[in-house]
Amino acid sequence: MGIKEIQEEIVDEFSMFEDWMQRYEYMIELGKSLPMIKEQYKTDDNIIKGCQSKVWVHAELEGDKLVFTADSDAIITKGIIAILIRAFSNQRPKDIIEAETDFIDEIGLKEHLSPTRANGLVSMIKQLKLYAVAYQTQLN
Amino acid sequence: MIQTVFDILSIRKDFPILNRKVNGYPLVYLDNAATSQTPKKVIDTIVDYYSNYNANIHRGVHSLSQEATDVYEQARQKIQRHFNAARPQEIIFTSGTTHGINLVANGFTSLLEKGDEIIVSALEHHSNIVPWQMLCERTGAVLKVIPMNLEGQLVMGEYHKLLSQRTKLVFCNHVSNALGTINPIEEIIAAAHKVGAAVLIDGAQAAPHIKADVQKLDVDFYVVSAHKMCGPTGVGMLYGKEEWLNKLPPYQGGGEMIAEVTFEKTTYAELPHKFEAGTPNICGGIAFGAALDYMNAIGFDAIAQYEQELLEYATQELLAIDGLKIYGDTKEKTAVISFNIEGLHPYDIGSILDKLGVAVRTGHHCAQPIMDFYKIPGTVRASFSFYNTKEEVDILVSSVRRAKTMLL
Repeated sequence: MGIKEIQEEIVDEFSMFEDWMQRYEYMIELGKSLPMIKEQYKTDDNIIKGCQSKVWVHAELEGDKLVFTADSDAIITKGIIAILIRAFSNQRPKDIIEAETDFIDEIGLKEHLSPTRANGLVSMIKQLKLYAVAYQTQLN
Repeated sequence: MIQTVFDILSIRKDFPILNRKVNGYPLVYLDNAATSQTPKKVIDTIVDYYSNYNANIHRGVHSLSQEATDVYEQARQKIQRHFNAARPQEIIFTSGTTHGINLVANGFTSLLEKGDEIIVSALEHHSNIVPWQMLCERTGAVLKVIPMNLEGQLVMGEYHKLLSQRTKLVFCNHVSNALGTINPIEEIIAAAHKVGAAVLIDGAQAAPHIKADVQKLDVDFYVVSAHKMCGPTGVGMLYGKEEWLNKLPPYQGGGEMIAEVTFEKTTYAELPHKFEAGTPNICGGIAFGAALDYMNAIGFDAIAQYEQELLEYATQELLAIDGLKIYGDTKEKTAVISFNIEGLHPYDIGSILDKLGVAVRTGHHCAQPIMDFYKIPGTVRASFSFYNTKEEVDILVSSVRRAKTMLL
């Protein structure tokens, strides 16, 4: 499935929730089930520094697709990471570079992506795209 | 039970913002250590200024300018009286605490020599660490740190050991922003003076709760921000003893701070104008004065007593939550509670509290060394003001319980 289809699927899932409580509970569940990054990749080099919660991201090329693993020390952040990874991992770098991120607004998590929120998530999306750019160059 | 020493409901009516809802819930504003809310009297003062006598000050011959100058200088006198400074020229208007600290740090560049020592406390906000590091880089002076203990107090024995003839400056906050600890500044000031060192106290977190008497404290410099004490942002005060302010060179060049200018030589204006280059935040200064009037009409004794009762109640109720730990466990503290719940990240708790309309601060509170000391990423900080209520404490506590249930 392409990034756009996955994003639509996520938006559909979130549209079933009636209020923020349900959305947050779902995200917390997602966060708890996030496939952890391998310990060896949880290095300072892989930290995306937000002001408040730490986020580690690792990227690896499998065939022509980029696979992300990640972790955070905050559970809500992990939930959002899980959503981002579902949308962007296992995709071709070119598609990741071109992908829109509007679906975050649509699922009611816009506040977490405000640059002033200082939780590192804007930097995280940027980092995912930077990885994609780097690996795209490698593929070329 | 809280013995209400004043009419809390009528006080709350003074603050229009307290009526609003956040995420569908009534706002419970517990981030007062970051900035306080603004009473209608202060808002009206701002509106009145721009509606009736907005003009540039100290230079116009016209009536508006004279009016604005008079009211601005009256505000300076209100601040002087509030902090009991000996003379109005010892009150310098700044853009806030950080500006005041940088003004003093910059001024000391010409007074320090290589090997001189500056002492700061471990309980400092970043804005109280970085300017001194920069000063040390410029002058070759050495930065020494008064350590803290697990209760969040300064280890005074170590402070006394750090003092020597080489000590030229001591900097400490009156109250810690991250923990609320009230530091023993009387002892810090007296000991520093014995070795001939000057003392700057950051009063930003103390000023909303404690009326400092700069003459009684015998402090050399004291800085505050208006926005933490019911005033607007972008304005604050540096108090300096006149002899010290005369020793320091001007910080910024510009209009207002000069007496005579030729291309060969400029002579500087007298205090306080020497440190007030350019058009100041006139409206802000006037509104700062109005904020002090407002708080003094309620009375700082009543405010302190009420806030202590809120603090005791909130501490007791929060500690009843399993796994909740409060940092900064001292008797001498303002109404600030910095806490964590075992196994939870402060950011997660804060995010859920926000969804429930409860405004707290989460993170390292710009005091990373303190968080490093406790080996934690940060805390949730609830900071109370005299307009908060026992019922709001109850909402905080039930919201924290709810967050805990959701997250664990």
